[in-house]
Amino acid sequence: MRREVPLTIVFICGAFMAFQYFVPHYASATVYEYALNWTTIISIFTLAVGIGSLVNLHSDRIARRKPTWRYSIVTLAALAFMTILGVSSPDALSNPTGLFMKVYFYILSPVQATMFALLAFFIASAAYRAFRAKTLLATLLLLSAVIVMLGRVWVGDMLTGWLPEGLRFSYVANYILDFPNTAAKQAIYIGVGLGVAGTTLKIILGIERTWLGGGK
Amino acid sequence: MGPILKRFFLDLSFPLLIFSVLIVKPCVAVDRKPTIKDPESPGDYVFRYKTLAPDPGPPGRLIAADAPNDAGGTIIVSWGKAPGDNGIFDTVKGYIVYRSEAPDTGFSMLTRLPAGSGSYSDASPENGRSYYYRVASIYADDTLMAAETAGAIPRTQFFHTRRILVLLFMLFFSGAAIFLISHSKKGGDLYIRPIAGIDAVDEAIGRATEMGRPILFVPGLGEASRVATIAAFTILGRVARKVAEYQTRIIVPNYDPVVMTICQEVVKEAYAAAGRPEAFDVKDVYFVTQDQFPYTASVNGTMLRERPATNFYMGMFYAESLILAETGFVAGSIQIAGTDQLIQIPFFIASCDYTLMGEELYAASAYLSREPQQLGTLKAQDWGKVAAILLTGAGIIAYLFSRGAGDALKAWVIGG
Repeated sequence: MRREVPLTIVFICGAFMAFQYFVPHYASATVYEYALNWTTIISIFTLAVGIGSLVNLHSDRIARRKPTWRYSIVTLAALAFMTILGVSSPDALSNPTGLFMKVYFYILSPVQATMFALLAFFIASAAYRAFRAKTLLATLLLLSAVIVMLGRVWVGDMLTGWLPEGLRFSYVANYILDFPNTAAKQAIYIGVGLGVAGTTLKIILGIERTWLGGGK
Repeated sequence: MGPILKRFFLDLSFPLLIFSVLIVKPCVAVDRKPTIKDPESPGDYVFRYKTLAPDPGPPGRLIAADAPNDAGGTIIVSWGKAPGDNGIFDTVKGYIVYRSEAPDTGFSMLTRLPAGSGSYSDASPENGRSYYYRVASIYADDTLMAAETAGAIPRTQFFHTRRILVLLFMLFFSGAAIFLISHSKKGGDLYIRPIAGIDAVDEAIGRATEMGRPILFVPGLGEASRVATIAAFTILGRVARKVAEYQTRIIVPNYDPVVMTICQEVVKEAYAAAGRPEAFDVKDVYFVTQDQFPYTASVNGTMLRERPATNFYMGMFYAESLILAETGFVAGSIQIAGTDQLIQIPFFIASCDYTLMGEELYAASAYLSREPQQLGTLKAQDWGKVAAILLTGAGIIAYLFSRGAGDALKAWVIGG
C-alpha cells in the first residue's frame, strides 16, 4: 500500500493533466486551476520544512563546535533578523524605504551581483581550458570560437575588411551561429522534448518510481 | 531662336496653368497650414495632410464571435479600421466598444481603445447568454457609431482543435512505447549505446572512497515537478546506493524544500537497500536557500571546505552552472554534469569531466536499471526521432517545391 497509493494518485493526476490539455471545457479548466492553487499552497508549507532543516543543520554545527560553526551563528542570526524585520511591519515588503527593503537593496543585492560578476572570470578560465587544440574536434571548436568572437567586435572586420563580404569575420560568425549552431540546438531540443515525453509517460504508468524513494 | 522660344512657352502655358491649379495649389495650402492643434493634447501638434485625409467615417465591418478553444466566457469583437486610421493621417483618436444584451437598445460603453485597434476580447460575459456589440470611431470633432450590430453567445468547448497534431503525436509515441515495452518484456533485445558520463559514476564513487573524501550531489535549481529534477532523483538513488555500499559520504545541498524532502527519502531508501540504514545522516541532505546566488555561494563554500572527490550536477541549472563547475575544478574534484538546459551545456562541457547532454539525462534511468520497461520507452524516443527526421525531410522537400523556394533558387542562380 505504501507504494500503490502514491502510484495511483500519480496516475490519476498525470492522466488528468494530459486530458485537460486537450479539453478546454470550463469544468476541466476549473479543476486544473484548483490543482495549481493546491500546488502553491503545499509549496508554501514545505518552506517551513526547509527552514526547519536549515535551523537544525546550523544548530547542530554550533552545538558540536564544527570547524565552520561561527558562520552558522551568522546564518541563524541573519535568518532571525530578517524574519523579525519582515513580520514587524505589514508593509515591510512593499515599503522601499523600510529597513527590510534597505537590507535587501543595499546588502543582499550587491552581494548577489558580486557573485554573478565572478562569472566573467570563470568564463575566461573555462574557455582557456576548453580551447586547447588537442584533437581535431577541439581545433574546430577553437577556430569557430575565434571567428565568432572576432566577428562580434570591430577588430574582426578591421582584419578582414579587404576580403569579399562573404569571407569577413562578421559574416562568417553570423553564418556559424545561424546555421550549424542553430541546427545542433534544434537537434538537442528535439531530443530533450522526446526525453521529457518518455520520462513523463514512465512516471504516469508507474515504470519510473525513483521519486518514491529507493527505486529498483 | 526668339520665335521658337515664344512658341514653346505659348504651347506650354496652358498645361502649366492646369498643373499649378491641380497640384501646386494644394501643396501651397499644405505649406501654409501644415499642422493643426490636437484638442486632446494641448501643446502637441499632429502633422496631417488635411487636404488629402479621408472624411471621417464609422468603423468597417463588425464581427463578434465566441472565442475558440476556451472554457467560455469570452467574446472576440473585431472591426475594420475607420477612415484615416492608417498610420499616415492619424485623424482617428480611438474607438469605443458598446455592449448590450438586446440587439437594439440598452447599449452601454464597455471600453475605449486607442487608434489602430481592430479587435477587443471581452472576457466578462456569462456562458450561454446573447451579447450584442457596437463600435464607434472617435475623431477630433465627432464620434461616429457603426451602423451595424454584431452579436454572439459565449460557449465552453470540449476539444482544443489547434492541438490535434499534439494529440496525434502523443498517441503515436505512447503506442510505440507500450508496444516496445511488451516487446522487450518478451525477451526482445534492445541495444542501448554506452553513455560515458553514466559509466563513470562507479569509477567516481570508487575514487572518493579511496581518497576518503565525500561526494557532492547538486540537484540544481529546478522544482520537483520539473522532469530534469525527477531524472536527477533517479541518478541520486543510484549514486547514494553505491555510496552506501562503499561506506563513504554523500552531501546534497538543496535549493527547493520539496526537492530536499524527496532527496532525503531517495538517499534514505538507497542506504536501506544497501543494508546500511544506520549510516544515513539526514543532515547531509539539507536545504540552503531559494535565492540563486546565495545558494551558489553556499555550495561553493562546501566544495572548498569539504574538498569532495566527486561532484555531480544533475537537473536544471542557470547562470550558476559555470561558477559551480569552475569552483569544483579548483577544488580538484572529478565532475559529472547532466542538464537539459541548452545554454548551460557548453559551460558544463568546458568545465566538467563528463556531461550528459539533454536526453542523456533522461536516458540515465533506463541505462542504469536495464529494465525492459525502461528500455522500451527509450526505444520509443528513438522512433520519435525517426519521425522528426522524416517530418524535417518532408518539410525541406515541400519548401523546395514551393513558389518562394523557386524564386529564391532563381535569384541565387541568376543573381537577381
